[in-house]
Amino acid sequence: MLQKVIQEEKRAFMTGNEVVAWAALAARAEIMFGYPITPQNEIMHYWTRLAPKYGKSFLQTEDELSAGFAAAGGVMSGRKAFTATAGTGNILMQEPLSMAEMMRLPVVAVIQQRGGPSTATVIYSQQEVNLTTMGGNGEGLRIVYSTATHQELYDYTIKAFNTAWKYRFPTFVLGDGYQAKMREPLTLYDPEARGIQLVEQEPFVGQKGSPGKDRPPAQYRNTYNLEEELFEKLMSDVRDYEKIIPELAEFQSSGVEGAELAIVGHGVVFRAVREAVNVLREQGIKVCYFRPVTLRPLPVPQLKSLAGEVKKILIVESAYGQLARLVTEAVYGANAEIHTLFKPGVGITSGEVEARAREILQKPLH
Amino acid sequence: MQLQPAMPRSWRVDTKPHKFCPGCGHGLILKCLGQAVDELGIEDRVVYGCDIGCSLLSWDFFNLDTVQTHHGRTTPVMTGIKRARPELICIAYMGDGGGYSIGVQHLVSSVHRNEKITVVLANNTQYAMTGGQMAPTTLPGQKTETTPYGRDPEVTGFPFQGPEMVSAIAREGAYVARGSISNMRQLTGYLKKALVNQIEGNGFSFVEALSACPTNWRTNASETWSFIDKEMHGHFKTGEFKTPGSGQGEVRADE
Repeated sequence: MLQKVIQEEKRAFMTGNEVVAWAALAARAEIMFGYPITPQNEIMHYWTRLAPKYGKSFLQTEDELSAGFAAAGGVMSGRKAFTATAGTGNILMQEPLSMAEMMRLPVVAVIQQRGGPSTATVIYSQQEVNLTTMGGNGEGLRIVYSTATHQELYDYTIKAFNTAWKYRFPTFVLGDGYQAKMREPLTLYDPEARGIQLVEQEPFVGQKGSPGKDRPPAQYRNTYNLEEELFEKLMSDVRDYEKIIPELAEFQSSGVEGAELAIVGHGVVFRAVREAVNVLREQGIKVCYFRPVTLRPLPVPQLKSLAGEVKKILIVESAYGQLARLVTEAVYGANAEIHTLFKPGVGITSGEVEARAREILQKPLH
Repeated sequence: MQLQPAMPRSWRVDTKPHKFCPGCGHGLILKCLGQAVDELGIEDRVVYGCDIGCSLLSWDFFNLDTVQTHHGRTTPVMTGIKRARPELICIAYMGDGGGYSIGVQHLVSSVHRNEKITVVLANNTQYAMTGGQMAPTTLPGQKTETTPYGRDPEVTGFPFQGPEMVSAIAREGAYVARGSISNMRQLTGYLKKALVNQIEGNGFSFVEALSACPTNWRTNASETWSFIDKEMHGHFKTGEFKTPGSGQGEVRADE
């Protein structure tokens, strides 16, 4: 049996789905539960090829409900369990993930967004932001990392396991069909060789000793009789969540000072945003970019200060306002004008972002 | 002969009296289950899972590690635990709505995959926690809140035959039985065999227990027993349907 997944750092050129499988191995994930849906299938394909070599397991379940609930069972038994899904599978996944939210279960789910609503396309979108950040019948007590590159898919999949087990909130890696299917170079590494400590997992049930004799029985529920009882439990979780927001919220920005227009985008769209900003700045146009890396929790203070700094904000996304709702709520009360470029279910090029920015700033190409 | 204690040792005394209605069958099934766990001495290794519906009221019932899940989803949660930690003994406890309706795909698939877990299902012919609606197990002509004029099988089907379905699709190594709270010695025996089957790693184990819901049936004590013995037993045959080593044998009804 092979022990160490990655002996020394190495460059690789692979698809995003393959990256996720390698990252889960590097994070010492132990079991995956999955159900086929495009465009995440190859996460399972690579995991099922790699896992047995490292003594790890896989179960193909009957649906995403089962995959999510079995992953919940896996983490409760003290194993690093995860799942991956997309689209309508993500809808079903919200039921188990809402239980994970209530019971503070460190389930990790990788979402490769496809077109929506309904079956739509198997290709690409950013339309699963609402669902992934706020899905379920609760308050969205979960962590969502939106990746932009294959290197980030690797980094944040490893990080997702650490975040989940450290804070015990369900944690999502939000990718998309483009990231899932395209090949890109990245560096694979052993997290511990880079000083990234892997958080140790602890069992919820099946602990040592005899329940009722050596220790109290470990009993977990998600049902409450009284309004007050639920309120107390939930508010304690909300306080835990709010306390860790400053440690969790991540963003990336450049050139904010003195900029007239800030362009906001997340995930793979951010790459078009950054490219457009670089081109415009080379031409002396005062623009900057801001990218929330975590969509839950959102980097709210940083967004507020951005909206105080610039006159105009352009929100760009491959959805019809899912990111825009999050951002406008975060910057509520600021004076900056909000502009949008929405292309639901369709990719966005830097040229389109540049053109929209010129339009807003009334600086047409001559 | 050794006398059983009033309460099984695996029960949590500090959460008794239990939360079920007076006359409810859950307490009796869980007494049988507790005795089976006691007799096998497996309390250190058991993870007990309960569903939504009245079964959720058992989330602190035992001195056993326990997970209360969603409606119909106890089967996949126990599957996940068992797959991740095969040394644990996983019991999924649910009602007929959870097992035969909203979670039937999980039941079918776990049988099909021969998951090494034990599913115990209480059949009280209706949805009790939500106020007495029709379930897959409701008897023809039986009045419920959603069949106020009686269940018409032409419109809503005949009572769901759970162990019959499970044994039809289960493979060699599975244990499938139907007991009743009207014969607790037999029911305890079935539950014990179902747990032994999991311990031995033979395959999927399933016990349906005919249960009672006087609250929603609106029955007094004698009417409750009469409904179980005369009505339910007429539609649901008790006995062992599949035992390891029996191959694809015929139903062996008791008596």
